[in-house]
Formats: sequence, structure tokens, C-alpha cells
Amino acid sequence: MIQRTAVVASSSGLHARPAAIFVKAASQCGVKVRALVEGKKPANAASMLAVLALGAGPGTSVTLESDADSPEAAEAVEHLATLLETNLDEVEPEAAG
Amino acid sequence: MTPPITLRGVGVGGGLAAGPTVRMGRPPELPSERPVTDGDAEAALAASALDTVSADLAGRSLEANDPTASAVLDAFSMIAADPELRDQVIELIAQRLDAPHALYRAFEGYREMLIGAGGYLAERAADLADIRDRVIAVVLGLPMAGIPDPGHPFVLLADDLSPADTATLDPSKVLALVTERGGTTSHTAILARSLGLPCVVRCTGIMEVADGTLVGIDAGGGTVAVGIPESEVAAIAERAEALAASVKSVSGPGRTADGHPVALLHNIGSADDLGSLDDSFEGVGLFRTEFLFLDRHDRPSFDEQRQAYAAVLKAVDGRKVTVRTLDAGADKPLPFLDMQPEPNPALGIRGIRIGMRSVDVLDEQLAALAAAAGDVPDSDVWVMAPMVATAAEARWFVDRARSHGLTRAGVMIEIPAAALTAHAILAEVDFLSIGTNDLSQYTFAADRMQGGLAELLDPHQPALLQLVALCAAAGAVHGKPVGICGEAAADPRLAPVFAGMGITSLSMSASAIPAVRHELSRHTRAECVAMASSR
Repeated sequence: MIQRTAVVASSSGLHARPAAIFVKAASQCGVKVRALVEGKKPANAASMLAVLALGAGPGTSVTLESDADSPEAAEAVEHLATLLETNLDEVEPEAAG
Repeated sequence: MTPPITLRGVGVGGGLAAGPTVRMGRPPELPSERPVTDGDAEAALAASALDTVSADLAGRSLEANDPTASAVLDAFSMIAADPELRDQVIELIAQRLDAPHALYRAFEGYREMLIGAGGYLAERAADLADIRDRVIAVVLGLPMAGIPDPGHPFVLLADDLSPADTATLDPSKVLALVTERGGTTSHTAILARSLGLPCVVRCTGIMEVADGTLVGIDAGGGTVAVGIPESEVAAIAERAEALAASVKSVSGPGRTADGHPVALLHNIGSADDLGSLDDSFEGVGLFRTEFLFLDRHDRPSFDEQRQAYAAVLKAVDGRKVTVRTLDAGADKPLPFLDMQPEPNPALGIRGIRIGMRSVDVLDEQLAALAAAAGDVPDSDVWVMAPMVATAAEARWFVDRARSHGLTRAGVMIEIPAAALTAHAILAEVDFLSIGTNDLSQYTFAADRMQGGLAELLDPHQPALLQLVALCAAAGAVHGKPVGICGEAAADPRLAPVFAGMGITSLSMSASAIPAVRHELSRHTRAECVAMASSR
């Protein structure tokens, strides 16, 4: 299992636009990734509703997990972690994802 | 022909319009459950409906008029395509529930979860209901709720309009807006004002009017004449054009018919809101400074603030700018202020109370403002604090502002206690500015965000007008300006009333100024006084 913890850097947290960018990337990366926040149900990173339900504000620690152990999985998890650690509220719409 | 019937509601802004009606689709009603014989076919139906709505929302996102609306619709589109939601629906269909009910149940499950989470997530629950209704309409073969497109200009009738609806509203196709619910501060009203569309809200019975009925809208009077003859439509269209021309023809500073001045000022959130300023521009009555502080981890630097304030001062070329100091609360927490969560943010540590607890933040803002004033020659800076409750607080703030070299310091009246002690407060300050939105909220104990309480939050309510009159009268006694910067200032019908009370300035979004200027110019001061005393 691949695991990586990242801290949410977006000013509005993992809501609104940052959530949309994150979920879009997760649904396009070809690997099933879970997002875990302490005290919340594990979320399918490709599910907008599940990710929103995490209620992850700025500064929240999110652990990304993939059951697959392949290089593709590692790349996907790393890419998603980088998105979490970027302030997506300050990124131009075209440049993101 | 039967005479037209008149429906009454609350008018927004002014203006006339006439034409055929089209109702926006109402949320679909679920038919009774039917037995499921072919589970696979049922699942395919549900999936197809979800796909159709997701694609439709994605299309609307691309067409949307502004980036925020576009982002909202994009997120909605992704929700409709949500894999977890789809799994839920398939599971329910496997349990022999028909597609419409399976979809409804799945959405409801998520809606309840969001509502239970509270706060920001609870607000998304209404969005989910909107998406759910679209999907169910598709699966039932009904037209999707949304702005209709009959191929000719029409008067749009709706229960109420949501941000998803208004994002793609084309003002060239819609003649006017009439809603069954809502109020003057609802989303529909705000949109109508910014697009300059005649609008009547809270018009009971309007949704009973059949599509294609000819109606005449009077946004000034808040009435809708239903079932007018074709000839009347043309006559109204002519009067509408004459009115619009008349409104445009009145220019220059705000004043009554006999020249009594009431300054018409702009409400802005940043230098961008100023747009291009014409000769009628009189100044800024409310410069909200939050844009510098919200949505960031660290506070804005002294230089950043100084530059932002100087930009506005330069742009107004010597006209007065009334700056409101940071107005934050626990509902929009600022990390650098170390604010504790509160059970009732509207009644908690907000506005000046934060300034009194984080004095360094307030001092830095005041210093930056003073520096900016120094940077721009001939600038006329007025500074005011929000949420002031007592004369002691007012004195504290004014002393602080003056210690930084700011010579015109005042306070906002948003709390009934402050309105009731306006005399004592005016002894300490240079001016007052009445924030009618919050003043209504606190006077009527009615949440501004609660659509169902719109009637209490209506600025025509006598209790609110009485508090405004108190402040205006106190201002006259002290010989100091008392202005209004809340939404009430943008209501043309109230402008003569406020003028009659002795209000010295009305500050509003730029698009609302022409109608207010026009209405003021139609009454003499004596008429305004008479209108004020009859309230």
C-alpha cells in the first residue's frame, strides 16, 4: 500500500474550486486513491461528495492511500499530494489540474 | 375581454416591462413507486439521467457569465458524475427500487449528511437538491428546471432563482423577473438590480399564471397586471423606454426637485469596483476593506494596505472616500487573529470588538490609511468602524483614528443600541453611517441569510425607518452628516423618505444610482418631509 500525508494549503480548504481540481485529477489518474482525515469516513478521492464531506479546512492533514503498489499508483498519489499542498485558490483556472 | 387582475409583490429598483410569461420548471414531483422488472434497464435509465445532467451543467459552466458561476456549475457537474453517488443508486435499484426513487433516495442520503455536517457543507445541501431535481426531471422525461428559451423575449416567472439559474440568464432575452418568494435582499433581487431588469419578488400567486399570458410589470409599484391586451403591451414598452430615457437624463449630484442635496455615493469592495467615473460621481460612501484580509494565512503588510488604499484615493480624484475598518467575525475566521469558534457569530466578537482585542491589527490599518492619504494629494479620507454599540466604543475608536492623523472619524450604526443612543454617539464622532442590512437583522432578530424571514428584513418596516429617523434627527441637532450605506439606500422609493428625514447621503452599488437620483429629483424637499412623517 502506498501512503502519503499532505497538509491542505488552499485558502478555502478542500472546498469549492480546490476540491473540484483535486477530484478531477483523482478521477483522471487511472488509480483508485482514498483520502483520509482523522475522525471522518475514508473518502474516494474521485468522489466530489465524499471529499466535500471530509470538511478539510486549510491546515488539515490528509493521508492519501492506494492499495496498488505500482509506479503509476505512486505517481498518482504524489500528484494528488502536490495538489493538496498547493494553494489552488491562487492558481489560474487553465493552469490547474 | 375580462379585465386584467393585479398581483402584488415587492418591487425591486424601478422600471416597467410587458410581455408574455414563461414559467421556470418547478421541481418535479415523484410519481408513486412502480414495480421493477428489468433491473439492468432501470440502472441504465438512472445512469443516463446522471450523465445528461452532468453534461448539461458542464455546458452551462462554459457558457456562464462570470468565473465564480462557472466554477460553481463545474462543481455541480462533477457531483452529478460522482462515482459514489452512482454506486448508491445502482445498489438501491438492485434492491428493486425504480430509477426515480433510487435517485431521490441516494441524493437525500447525501443531503442529510451535508446538513448534519453544518456550516459551509450545510449550504451545499440546497445545491444538491437542485441537482437532484434536474436528474429526476430527466429520468421522468420532464423538461429540466432552468431558464427557458421560448425563442422570443419573455417575462420569467419562478418560485425563486438560485445562483445556478441566474448564472446563464441572458438579459437580452428576459424582459423582467417575477418570483413567488424571496425578498429585496434575495439573490433574484441582487441580480435584477445589477442587470437593470424590472423585478417583482414575493408576488403571491404568480406561479398560477399560465405560460404565454400577457402581463405588465411595474417594478416601482411592485405590481403585475395579469392578462393585459396586446395594445397595452406596446404602450408599456413605450413608457418603459421613456422612463429609462428620463432616468438617464437626470445627472449631476443627488438632490430634490428644489435643489436640496442628498449625496449619492458608491459602495465598493476594491478599486476595481469603481469602473469609469462620470461627472456625476460624488464619492465613496462605503469602502469595504475585507478583500485585503480574507482568504489568507498572514495579515496583509503595511505596504500592501497602503498601496491598496492609495489606489482607490488616486482613482477618485479628490472625492471623498469613506473607509470601513476590518469587519470580520467568527463566521469567516482569519487565522492571524486567533479567533475562537463561537456558537452565535452574528452576536459575538466581530467588527470593532475584534479591533479592540487585536489593537495592533487595527492600528496598522489606520496607519496605512493615514500614509495612503498622505501619498495622494487632496485626498478626502473618512474612516469608520463597524458594529459599534456604545458612545464609549465610538470615543475609543475616534481617539485611535485621530491619533494616526485621520481627521474625519465616524462609526456605523448597525446595532439598535447605537441607533437609540445616536445623540451620545454623535457627540464623539464626525459622522454616522447606517448599515441597514445588519440593523434590520438585529432589530427584528431575523437572520439576514434566512430567505423565509425576508418580510421582516424589508427596509420599509416601520421599526427600521423609525431607527433611521432617530439617527437623522440627532445628526441634524449636532450638525453632522448621517448617511445610509445598506441595501435600503438603493431603493428608489425610500430615497425621498430618507431625504425627508434629514439623511445626508445614500451609498449604494453604482448600478443603482441613476434610479435613485431620478426618484429624488421628482420630489421637493417639503414633499419628502411629508413622505417621511407619514411612515
